[in-house]
Amino acid sequence: MRKWGLLAAALGLTMAACGGGTTTTADGESGGTATAGSRLDVVKDRGQLICGVDGGIPGFSFVDESGTYSGLDVDVCKAVAAAVLGDAEAVEYRRLDSTERFTALSGGEVDMLSRNTTWTVSRDTSVGLEFAPTTFFDGQGMLVRADSGIETLEDFAGQAICVETGTTTELNLTDQMRQLGVDFEPVVFQDADAAYAAYDEGRCEGMTSDKSQLVARRSTLPNPDEHVLLEVTMSKEPLGPVTVNNDSAWFDVVKWTTYGLIQAEEFGITSENVATFEGTENPDIARFLGAEGTLGTDMGLPNDFMVQVISQVGNYGEIYERNVGADSEFALERGQNALWTEGGLMYSPPFR
Amino acid sequence: MTTVTPDSFSSAPPEVVGLGPIAWAKKNLFSDWFNSLLTVVIVGIFSWGAIRLTSWALTTAQWQVIPNNFGLFMTGTFPSGLYPRIWALLAIICGLAGLSWGVLGRNVSTLFSRGVLIGLGLVCAFIVLFPPTRPSSLKLLPMVALVAIAAAAGRQAGRKFPGIGKWVSLAWFLSYFAALWLIGGGLGLTPVSTNDWGGLVLTLFTAVSGIALCFPLGLLLALGRRSALPVVRWLSTAYIELVRGVPLVALLFMGQVMIPLFLPIGSRPDRILRAIIALALFSAAYLAENVRAGLQAVPRGQNEAAMSLGLNTPTTLGLIVLPQALKIAIPAIVGQFISLFQDTTLLSIVGLAELLGIGRSILANPAYLGRYAEVYLFLAVIYWIFCYAMSLGSRKIEEKLNTNH
Repeated sequence: MRKWGLLAAALGLTMAACGGGTTTTADGESGGTATAGSRLDVVKDRGQLICGVDGGIPGFSFVDESGTYSGLDVDVCKAVAAAVLGDAEAVEYRRLDSTERFTALSGGEVDMLSRNTTWTVSRDTSVGLEFAPTTFFDGQGMLVRADSGIETLEDFAGQAICVETGTTTELNLTDQMRQLGVDFEPVVFQDADAAYAAYDEGRCEGMTSDKSQLVARRSTLPNPDEHVLLEVTMSKEPLGPVTVNNDSAWFDVVKWTTYGLIQAEEFGITSENVATFEGTENPDIARFLGAEGTLGTDMGLPNDFMVQVISQVGNYGEIYERNVGADSEFALERGQNALWTEGGLMYSPPFR
Repeated sequence: MTTVTPDSFSSAPPEVVGLGPIAWAKKNLFSDWFNSLLTVVIVGIFSWGAIRLTSWALTTAQWQVIPNNFGLFMTGTFPSGLYPRIWALLAIICGLAGLSWGVLGRNVSTLFSRGVLIGLGLVCAFIVLFPPTRPSSLKLLPMVALVAIAAAAGRQAGRKFPGIGKWVSLAWFLSYFAALWLIGGGLGLTPVSTNDWGGLVLTLFTAVSGIALCFPLGLLLALGRRSALPVVRWLSTAYIELVRGVPLVALLFMGQVMIPLFLPIGSRPDRILRAIIALALFSAAYLAENVRAGLQAVPRGQNEAAMSLGLNTPTTLGLIVLPQALKIAIPAIVGQFISLFQDTTLLSIVGLAELLGIGRSILANPAYLGRYAEVYLFLAVIYWIFCYAMSLGSRKIEEKLNTNH
């Protein structure tokens, strides 16, 4: 009996601790913003940006041979550091697990997240985050063998599909197939490696996951050319940088730096030709690069912050092609991630 | 000790003494048709596996991922300009290891027996031939020499000053702080944020810190659980049972995710420190039970004899009970240390770039996509080397302390 009493006491204690934990965060947050001012000042004083990344997602964040972080997510961190501090290398990368990423952010351990985080309403509201513009529109896709004759989801009637269990991917697949009235056979795996191995062995006709991941994994299969991605997109996964609620000054900086990357591509300004725009006649570009107006200083940044970002990191198109696009192993097409002028979703509000 | 009489000696079959390989195989592998079949089948399975593995390793596998990222595997994102500090640390460890070996083996007739020399030769050959270590062989070979020289010096010193063992222990203790200083910087060295600690260095650092912290804690808990004071006993028991009822992953997550919630913004204990504390607290509970098993194996008479000699409780414990109990518990304790060492791999899922975590990062490099088998096999070998070294060491200590006749 004494043991049970002990257990109950422990349980009660844990629950009390959890309850206490949440209230502490809430207090901490409001207290932090009221007294310490904006994160922007913290970052400037520190002279370094602390950016939360995953550290193990092909094309998005990884460590290269020289021990430096690279990838699309990492380049977004670099862009923000270049905008605020004028130095794209003034970043400390903090590797965060998917479970601890939000506590690390709200606890102030990192200044921002750039960690393959999907923008959802619950994260934006109840978790207390601010989502900067999407830097990568991902979506759930389907990988099949090129010679399988499968072209749409309807062709999967009676066929097996490999999927990781316990993910939104699995739920999305079931939803989509029920909607279409297709009777398929799900083959679920606990582990991504096992799922891809089973697909490779031919245990299932299709393999479903986020498209960027499917493309990355396809390049690891013995004969990558024998596998194709179906045209279909089964879910929306807008991935982008994240900051905490109630800090507009800092959020604005992250938001407009990200928009700036997109706008730079729209203007055709690249890391190579940015110097040639110095004395430009075009008033839009002059404002954008800080030669005219006070767009940067209004935000608490140097007026030429976009010059720093573009010259050190490049525009969005360059970042994309370098990490996941044509210049990388993955050769992922722009698709939804093309500029709005080219039929994609990348659209920046005007800089004026 | 039984006395061997000439009679019983001569009655033994003479073949046993000079058993040739063929006779040995016949006796042990092919004694009857069933054993022969078993031998053939098992040898077949093993050689099939070995051939498959070798042919994979030599043809399909692409090993460039290992030498190209060797620095990363060893030190993570530690700034490469500061590598000399890691080398200095390695030199300290090698020197101390050699010294301890020499001091411990001061009464052995030959320190460098044939087996040891062959072992050293193999290590040197490995350093020169193994591609990832070949570029640094000019630094690694002197390390091996350092071990040998320190061992010879330690032997001489050990013979001259019998009490030197204490000082070697003290040197090991101080070397921990030297390591902390060399890795982390400060006090005249460029500071390196713990965020940049990684790879094997971080794995070893967390493991050693965890072991160093959990041992005294576990000892106290074990004594507490057997204490006559009810409050101490209840608290120790409650701690042990609570911690043993929680998976280590849960503790680590609590350390990384929940502790920050309780603390005011800005005051954040280091992530590596939190991980080490979680590891140590977890292992201490298990270690306490191992030590308690040892304590219970010491006959009660020992305690009573000590009391009748007029020893008080601390001296009874320190001089009579603990030395015997710990000796009994060595295999279990070392087992616990080995599992703590392996548990450090869990730190990779709480975002620390230890050996497994940095492996994950390297695998995400587009240039090395799909090199899972190569990387994980390499990591497995590294873990095996350290775990085997630990169990080898524990066996040596057991032999040395074995006073049963």
